Amino acid sequence: MAAGQAPQNAGEYIAHHLTNLRVGEGFWTFHIDTILMGWLTGLLGLGAFYLVARGATSGVPGRVQGFIELLVEFVDDTVKGVFPGDRRFLAPLALTIFVWVFMMNAMDLLPIDWVATLTGATGLPYWKAVPTTDLNTTFAMSLTIFLLTIFFSVKAKGAGGFTHELFTAPFGNNPLLWIPNLALNIIEYVAKPVSLAMRLFGNMYAGELIFMLLGVMGTLAALSFGGMLAGAAAGILYWAWAVFHILIILLQAFIFMMLSCVYIAMAHEHH
Amino acid sequence: MNINATLFVQALSFAALIWFTVRFVWPMITDAMDERTKRIADGLAAAEAGKQSLERSAKQADEAIAQARGRAADIVAQAEKRASQMIEEAKASAKTEGERLVAGARAEIEQEVARAREALRSQVAALAVAGAEQILRREVDAKAHADLIAAVQKQL
Repeated sequence: MAAGQAPQNAGEYIAHHLTNLRVGEGFWTFHIDTILMGWLTGLLGLGAFYLVARGATSGVPGRVQGFIELLVEFVDDTVKGVFPGDRRFLAPLALTIFVWVFMMNAMDLLPIDWVATLTGATGLPYWKAVPTTDLNTTFAMSLTIFLLTIFFSVKAKGAGGFTHELFTAPFGNNPLLWIPNLALNIIEYVAKPVSLAMRLFGNMYAGELIFMLLGVMGTLAALSFGGMLAGAAAGILYWAWAVFHILIILLQAFIFMMLSCVYIAMAHEHH
Repeated sequence: MNINATLFVQALSFAALIWFTVRFVWPMITDAMDERTKRIADGLAAAEAGKQSLERSAKQADEAIAQARGRAADIVAQAEKRASQMIEEAKASAKTEGERLVAGARAEIEQEVARAREALRSQVAALAVAGAEQILRREVDAKAHADLIAAVQKQL
C-alpha cells in the first residue's frame, strides 16, 4: 500500500488504523505517533495547568483557575482518602496521571478518518492518534508506577524490611511458608503493573476498534440504498459511542490514577 | 504484542511530566489555594476583632457620655450653690454697709448736736455774763469773778 493512500477493503482499513508509524528495527523500534501524541497531549494538559498555575492568584479566582483548582482539590481529596501521609509527591503524581491519561484517551474522540486523512495528506503512511491504545504507553506508565512502588516500599521499610516482607507476608513468618509467601508476592508484584496496563490498553483499544468497525459500516453508504441506511445508522452509532466514550475515557483515567495511588499507598504499609 | 523501545521513551516522558507537575504545577496551585485559605481566615479574624473593638468603643463612648453628664450635673449644682452663696454674701455686705452708713450718719448727727450744744452753751454763758454784767456792773469785777463765771459756765 502506498503512503497516504486509502485502503480498499475492511480488513486493510482496520489493519491500517491499527498500525503505528515506526522508525527502527526489531526491539529498537520507535512508534513516532505514540511518542509525539504523548508529548502533545502532555504539553496540552499539563501546560494548561502550568499556565493557570503561573497566573494563579490567592485573591478571587477566575473561572479557569476555579476549574483547575476544582480538579486539584478533587485529586488531592482522592489521594487523601487513600493515603494519609505526606502527599507532596503522591498528589501531583496522581494529577499527572489523571490529566495525561485523560488527554491521551481524549484523542480517541477525534474522528479516526479525519486523523488518517490529515496525516496521510502530509505524507505519513500511518498515524495512531491515541497513545493509550499502544501497549508501550500503558506499560511505560504502569512499570514506572511499579518502580515507584518498590522505591517507596524500600524507603518506608528499609531494604531489609522489604525483603523480610517478601518472605513473611501474607501468611506469616515460618520457614515452611517462605516459599509460598515469596511466590504469592511475586505474582502480586507482577499482576499489579500488568493489570494496570492491560486494563487501560484493553478499554481504549476496544473502543478504538468499535470506532473503526463503525467507520467500515459507514463506507457502505456509497454502495447502495440499503448501504446508505447502514451508513446513516453508523453515523448515529459513531456519535452515540463517542458520547459514551467521554465517560469511558474519564473513568479509565480515574481508575488508573486511583489504582496507582492505592499501590503506592500500600507500599507504605507495614504488615 | 509489540513491546519495543517506545516504552522507554514513554516512561521518560511520563517521568518528565511527573517531575514537571511535582516541581512546578502542583506547588504553584496549592500555594495560591493555601494563601487564599490563610487570607480568608485572617479576614474573618480581622472582622471579628473589628467587631469586638467596635463594641468596646461603643461601651467606652457610653461610659464617657455618662461621666460627662454626671460632671455637667455637678458643675450646674456647684454653680447654683455658688450663685446663692454670692447672693447671700451680697445681701450680708449690703446690710453691713447700710448699718455702717446709718451708724456714720448717727455719729455725725450726735457730733452736730454736741457742737450746737457747745455753741449754745458758750452763747448762753456769754449771755449770762452779759446779763450779770448788766446787773452787777458796779459790784462785780469781771476779772475778780472770772473763776466764778467759769464755774457757772461749766455747770450749764
